[in-house]
Amino acid sequence: MNAVPSTFSLRVNGVERQVEDTRPGESLLFVLRERLGLPGSKNACEQGECGSCSVLVDGELVCACLELAAAVAGCDVVTVEGLARRAPGAAGPTGDAPANGSDDGVHRDEHDDHDDLGDTLTDVQRAMVEAGGVQCGFCTPGFVVAIDRLLEREPAPTPVQVREALAGNLCRCTGYGRIVAAIEAVVRGRSEGAPP
Amino acid sequence: MKVGNSGDVTVLTPTGLDEALRALADDPTTTVLAGGTDLMVAVNAGRHRADRVLSLRRVAELRGWRREGDELVVGAGTTYSALLDDELARLAPGLAQAARTVGSPQIRNAGTVGGNLGTASPAGDTLPVLAALDARVEVASTGGRRTIPLDHFLTGPKATALAPGELVVAVRVPVASGPQEYLKIGVRNAMVIAVASCALVVDRTRRRVACALGSVGPVPIRDRRTEAWLSSQVDWRTARVRNATVAERFGMHMASAAQAIDDHRAPAGYRRHAVSVLARRAVERALG
Repeated sequence: MNAVPSTFSLRVNGVERQVEDTRPGESLLFVLRERLGLPGSKNACEQGECGSCSVLVDGELVCACLELAAAVAGCDVVTVEGLARRAPGAAGPTGDAPANGSDDGVHRDEHDDHDDLGDTLTDVQRAMVEAGGVQCGFCTPGFVVAIDRLLEREPAPTPVQVREALAGNLCRCTGYGRIVAAIEAVVRGRSEGAPP
Repeated sequence: MKVGNSGDVTVLTPTGLDEALRALADDPTTTVLAGGTDLMVAVNAGRHRADRVLSLRRVAELRGWRREGDELVVGAGTTYSALLDDELARLAPGLAQAARTVGSPQIRNAGTVGGNLGTASPAGDTLPVLAALDARVEVASTGGRRTIPLDHFLTGPKATALAPGELVVAVRVPVASGPQEYLKIGVRNAMVIAVASCALVVDRTRRRVACALGSVGPVPIRDRRTEAWLSSQVDWRTARVRNATVAERFGMHMASAAQAIDDHRAPAGYRRHAVSVLARRAVERALG
């Protein structure tokens, strides 16, 4: 019988991470934020209502708060911090992001270790910034992961597909219009051959 | 994977059904974890202690579906997203419609049919469809397998006929032989628990219509007399109701069959009204 003890290994953003001395019932969200130092996935409702903790588990969009961490040991977990690295054709940590993404004066090393996760923005993240899809920002990481997944499946989604795909992500600031505008910008950009 | 100190084990992750059933037999109080969309809410809120958990995620035998003649065998681990798969949705359109109303993409990717059955919430979205399909629930333990008709499986709100050590393995439903509808009312179109729901299944082969209501009783509500009356009002050569008043009358009959209660989601009167509208619409769409 396979059994996961309180200390186990979790593959997050392509890196095997050791998770030590967990207590029974710890969610993937708790482990990501409190044990693995990956605070991108946000903790709001803890009941799957808000989508701010959206991550990919074996490629499927799920709420990290509803996954028992020990039960996803052995699965491939991707958080918002890992999207840039995962993007097809993504450059190294220095990235090839245009103005908004990289001209912020932050020095980035060429090496490719875990600390660089999250430093490079994907086209979805840049579009969210440029379109004003980010206001308070709390829901943004969840939206970014959900949008990433949507566009992977549907490179040119219809307005209805967009609304349905984002139905599990709540934003109380933007009214969604600018988030949808960001998606449209990404779809346009990619169809014109822009790098992710 | 190596097990630490005994007593250190928190989560069992068997890959085979036999292993899973043995784990459950060893300690029938083990918490069974399917998609987690109900259980983890309780765990996060501190309402459930997850000391010994049996995760079904890796049990391949619970995944997927197959066709056996005129019957579909849908594995308990089939997610709502998987119910939306084109091929399965053609064979069981009512289940696909119900699945599409569940939560959000995130929830549909995690939640499973077996979990919906095991949790047995009066608002479970697949349950009225399964009731109208006269589904049979396949359960297993180390002692063997048995098949339980859905109306015997669901014994009350969040209560089932599962014996200690038993696990839902699959659910069997007939391949669609006519239109199916699932309609649901909630406060919005996503991320919502049904305030009232209605499943309608038209069986053109046997020339009968079945209907089950959700969220307006302890278990899905059926009314065989009203179903028989509706079936008698259908012109079966065209599979259309004989006149336009049938749908409305059917809606009123189903509303009186509802055992609606007042709760924090809606008053009973609203639920009964909602049922009359949903049942009428279901007939208009499926048989209009």
